[in-house]
Amino acid sequence: MNEQFSVITSRCVPLKVENVDTDQIIPARFLKATSREGFGENLFRDWRFAPDGSKRPDFPLNNPAYEGCILVAGKNFGCGSSREHAAWAIHDYGFRVVISSYFADIHKQNELNCFVLPVTVSDDFLAELFASIEADPATEVRVDLPAQTVTNLATGRSEHFAINPYKKECLSRGLDDVEYLLSRRDDILQFENSRQN
Amino acid sequence: MGKTLFDKIWDAHVVRHIADGPDQLYIDRHYCHEVTSPQAFDGLRRRGLKVFRPERTVCSPDHNIPTHDQDLPIADPVSARQVSTLMQNASDFGLRIFPIGSERNGIIHVVGPETGLTLPGQTLVCGDSHTSTHGAVGAVAFGVGTSEVEMVLASQCIIQDKPKTMRITVDGTLAPGVTAKDIALYIIARLGTGGATGHFVEYAGEAVRSLSMEGRMTLCNMSIEMGARGGMVAPDETTFAYLHGREFAPTGEEWEKAVAFWRTLPSDPDARFDREISFDAADIEPRVTYGTNPGMGIGISETVPPLPDAADPSRPSVEAALAYMGFVPGQSLEGTPVDYVFLGSCTNGRFEDFEAFARAVEGRRRHPSVTAWLVPGSQQVAAQIRAAGLDKILAEADFELRQPGCSACLAMNDDKIPAGALAVSTSNRNFEGRQGPGARTVLASPIMAAAAAVTGKITDPRKL
Repeated sequence: MNEQFSVITSRCVPLKVENVDTDQIIPARFLKATSREGFGENLFRDWRFAPDGSKRPDFPLNNPAYEGCILVAGKNFGCGSSREHAAWAIHDYGFRVVISSYFADIHKQNELNCFVLPVTVSDDFLAELFASIEADPATEVRVDLPAQTVTNLATGRSEHFAINPYKKECLSRGLDDVEYLLSRRDDILQFENSRQN
Repeated sequence: MGKTLFDKIWDAHVVRHIADGPDQLYIDRHYCHEVTSPQAFDGLRRRGLKVFRPERTVCSPDHNIPTHDQDLPIADPVSARQVSTLMQNASDFGLRIFPIGSERNGIIHVVGPETGLTLPGQTLVCGDSHTSTHGAVGAVAFGVGTSEVEMVLASQCIIQDKPKTMRITVDGTLAPGVTAKDIALYIIARLGTGGATGHFVEYAGEAVRSLSMEGRMTLCNMSIEMGARGGMVAPDETTFAYLHGREFAPTGEEWEKAVAFWRTLPSDPDARFDREISFDAADIEPRVTYGTNPGMGIGISETVPPLPDAADPSRPSVEAALAYMGFVPGQSLEGTPVDYVFLGSCTNGRFEDFEAFARAVEGRRRHPSVTAWLVPGSQQVAAQIRAAGLDKILAEADFELRQPGCSACLAMNDDKIPAGALAVSTSNRNFEGRQGPGARTVLASPIMAAAAAVTGKITDPRKL
């Protein structure tokens, strides 16, 4: 059974970098697995670890001040390769929400399909959230999927975020697209028939 | 009101529109490679499903495969398992596959068009962002994730929000030494690495229309590097001449019917695009990238731009990129020593790319400080190179041809650029570590790569 989304309140891990590409989220040399599990340990591998395997202390995921299941990232998050492994790594590491002012299309869809909620906020909201976390790493954010709102609990600032009703339903009920498509089999057969005539 | 090329194809494939939501889109052609498909096949097994329309899926291992000794077992056991898993899945589910070393094997985005599996008017997906390549023939082709690969295998459909449309017109004629790659790098630099997100791009204008099919593939290939969902060029006589007689293309009466239909696809004169942008081909010169995304590029005669203002949120990323690459604002890249040259990938691994490279190095020799990896995009490209005698020209210039595959574009096999080394690469991404941990990538055209390979430094190919 897939997870079901409702309201999540959590502290955040800030990644104040723009144009984070999926090669950084999970480098290609870690894509050789044939299962979906275990990618979290190599999430942001080359930013998180030095070549000798030691942790880079200045990387936010290695900073003990930051914790929680919400990743906050600069704009155009997830650009580049379509590898769903990036979304699996984010999920496997323990994140359930990614907040950014802009997501690349394929990665955003991949997150949704892996039960990670991408929340698109305004540039101002994002800048203020980064400032809140910098001032107090214990800053919490509330993401309310039913109401489609995201709230910076340090400042009280709240924004509406967009998600199509279909995907909202999938996340709320823990349904995936394959199940939906299998239920529409007759439509598919009818479509195929209509094209042959 | 008229319709765009994109709208005509998309709308004809909507099985069902979900109220206030995405479309259930029928997929005509699906390609699989070894990296993004195993978990999708596992999903089918878990659900007890068969592949719904096995004749519509074609597989080719490409990402992991070695580019030498392909007749031997793959040395890396993890890569070997991923490739054998694809072989097994193709066998278990009854799918056509082009195994390593077979005459149709190669990078799937090279193989699809050259075999005529990719055709105008199709909807086409693959678990790979460079699926946009196939848009060059006038197909709606785009990359998807593994969950979507599973959807296609299970139902021949995906659930997808309809993208907005954008037309990018490049008027005028290209100057000598300027290629499709330079057009792509120019447009991406002008729009930025996320500048076309949410949009499906149609490339138009004289400079695009005058490109060969292979040039159009290079251009469409890099659409994703500005965030576009895909890129396409309207089918025309160039398209039909390219596809005619290809192995899986229609023949005889079917061909005539197909061409008649394909002629109806181009955007209507009164079609409206959500965004329209125009460029002048005369403004484009041979280009290089200086940073760590494909949008960070300049003309070869230009210098690295100044840093954004201190208050600009993009400044830390730009600073990090320049620190990684070892470049500074105001610097010209001309004369920068080059350690590696990579000719290949789904962007520039086709016959014309090797022809351009070979003509540029003919009568010269590889610079001794440069390691050059020349990797044809497919077995058919390799055969074309040999048939044209380019292999001899290359050998005389001290260049060796390797065997087909994705190779150093993403370094999943042994072809890794060492940490700190600078590579002039005809591939599509200069992300940190893309070509190997710590590798520094300068994206460029095959001609620019040739100039670097024989001079040992970044060189304006027009000065060769």
